[in-house]
Amino acid sequence: MATRIEACGVSAYYGSFKAIDAVTMTIEPKSVTALIGPSGCGKSTFLRSINRMHEVLPGAHVEGQLLLDGQDIYHREVDVTAVRRMIGMVFQRPNPFPTMSIYDNVVAGLKLNGVKRKPALDNACEKALVRANLWDEVRDRLSRPGAGLSGGQQQRLCIARAIAVEPQVLLMDEPCSALDPISTLAIEDLINELKNQYTIVIVTHNMQQAARVSDRTGFFSIDRTGEPGRLIEYDDTSKIFTNPAMKRTEDYITGRFG
Amino acid sequence: MTTSSMIASPAQGSSAPGGGGPLPRRRALGAETVFRGTTTVAGAMVLVIIVAIATFLVIRALPSLGANQESFWTYEGWFADSDPPQFGIAALAFGTVLTSTLALMLAVPVALGIALFLSHYAPRRMAAPLGFAVDLLAAVPSVVFGLWGRDWFYEPVSSLSSWLHSVAGWLPLFGSDGPYGKSVLLGSTVLAIMILPIITSLSREVFVKTPTANEEAALALGATRWEMIRTAVLPYGRPGIIAAVMLGLGRALGETIALALTLGSTYAIGLDLLGPGGNTIAANIANRFGEANATGRSALIASGLVLFAITLVVNVTARAIIYRRREFTESAA
Ligand SMILES: Nc1ncnc2c1ncn2[C@@H]1O[C@H](COP(=O)(O)OP(=O)(O)OP(=O)(O)O)[C@@H](O)[C@H]1O
Ligand SMILES: [Mg+2]
Repeated sequence: MATRIEACGVSAYYGSFKAIDAVTMTIEPKSVTALIGPSGCGKSTFLRSINRMHEVLPGAHVEGQLLLDGQDIYHREVDVTAVRRMIGMVFQRPNPFPTMSIYDNVVAGLKLNGVKRKPALDNACEKALVRANLWDEVRDRLSRPGAGLSGGQQQRLCIARAIAVEPQVLLMDEPCSALDPISTLAIEDLINELKNQYTIVIVTHNMQQAARVSDRTGFFSIDRTGEPGRLIEYDDTSKIFTNPAMKRTEDYITGRFG
Repeated sequence: MTTSSMIASPAQGSSAPGGGGPLPRRRALGAETVFRGTTTVAGAMVLVIIVAIATFLVIRALPSLGANQESFWTYEGWFADSDPPQFGIAALAFGTVLTSTLALMLAVPVALGIALFLSHYAPRRMAAPLGFAVDLLAAVPSVVFGLWGRDWFYEPVSSLSSWLHSVAGWLPLFGSDGPYGKSVLLGSTVLAIMILPIITSLSREVFVKTPTANEEAALALGATRWEMIRTAVLPYGRPGIIAAVMLGLGRALGETIALALTLGSTYAIGLDLLGPGGNTIAANIANRFGEANATGRSALIASGLVLFAITLVVNVTARAIIYRRREFTESAA
């Protein structure tokens, strides 16, 4: 159930400001792709244009084509909510629904999909929590508020919520930036397991993390502030980190950027 | 010399952060102490005032309650100025609750609808001025809407009444066959108009404050806008909605003039909404206080005490509802 993503000349705007310019890249099914680059170069913007969350912001729009297994998700007749149901997203800061219990958080997406039968929900909830490595920690307090968990647990809860609906793609925007090293490792292990099933795209500022978890890496950069971000280089992770083709990539990776 | 030593002193003196030496001493009478003292006194004052009001009402109410020839709790009638006095709170208390409940049922859905429209549906250019307008309306004394609503709704409510009677006259609620004029329905409608702006304004404020992260979490799961509102906005705003409704209910329970002008001033418990009738504690006080004799006034104060109690119960209930879910909402921000 994994899916190939092809971006063809994707540009994204905030009002009249062009944040990314003509990004073209192909993301293979059942792989982990890391997006790296300096702050403000448009990594989040590009990630959010993959599940059409970019356009949620007032005045924001996307140009170009984004194909999901060959179908353009920006086609006029495509139902946005269907696209978002196929593409799960995990945000930088854990954002469980504060008024919901752990259980309700996990099954929120399923309920939106019309699943009502309690056994089905119970089952999916356990499965998602097990896969998110959270089940053992919360199994006996499922009815407690999700916001009462620790930051790392909340982030894994958000991952469980995203995978409970069995999406085909999982987008993660700096999922570990608010977490301690142990929770970070737990989530990296999780990503390694999940890639057997999903196409994963992860934005990260942590080079080691990109090197550890990803198969392919895309390096974004900007020439100067006010200019749109561009995809500078996109290749196998091992190549990017050992023998990048572009000088700018090498400068960034070795810390000589700026 | 002086200036430079003063500037330099924090770096060398005892208060230098991390700079060694003895730690700065806690000040005995700082702003902190003064502030804590003031707030404690203010808090205590509120309690004292509430107790004082209650005591005043009880002392003034006792003479008439002693002289009353009928049961204060069950008698449906108000002859407090007669000798011997006969009066009962039953119909008035019932009418108060009935009118206010009906007004809430009419106002709350409309208010929440408008608030959601302003916070999540209206185009930005429209939402800001409209929201401002609603806030302004909420600040206008509600009796202004009440008097306007009375003139405006008298005819429509009469027509609505005859229509309701013709299609659902078998229901006790719509049993009256006229003539239609001052009635519970008219009073409640006017009351609904009066509390609409405040409920709208407060709930809009709550809805606007929903954290973007929660809204985006719902949208990213594939929620439509309405589903997003149901999963993120409404649950988050729940305590705020309850507070807004309770404030509206508080206004409705205590409303006098507008209801004195739109209810029929009867003293019978009945579910009939359309016929001439209806009364509330506050409207009864407004209608009668001017001409009442000493016992009559004392009786009216007794009724005021009951209104005080009803308001208290309503508020405590609201608090309890908010409190029961607190662990789900406190961590919300
Ligand atoms: N809501 C917004 N409105 C207007 N401009 C925005 C908005 N969000 C981002 N931008 C701009 O778009 C550009 C790209 O931002 P983006 O958030 O995609 O960068 P990023 O690569 O994710 O940075 P970081 O690593 O700091 O998260 C930046 O110049 C930023 O200022
Ligand atoms: Mg970002």
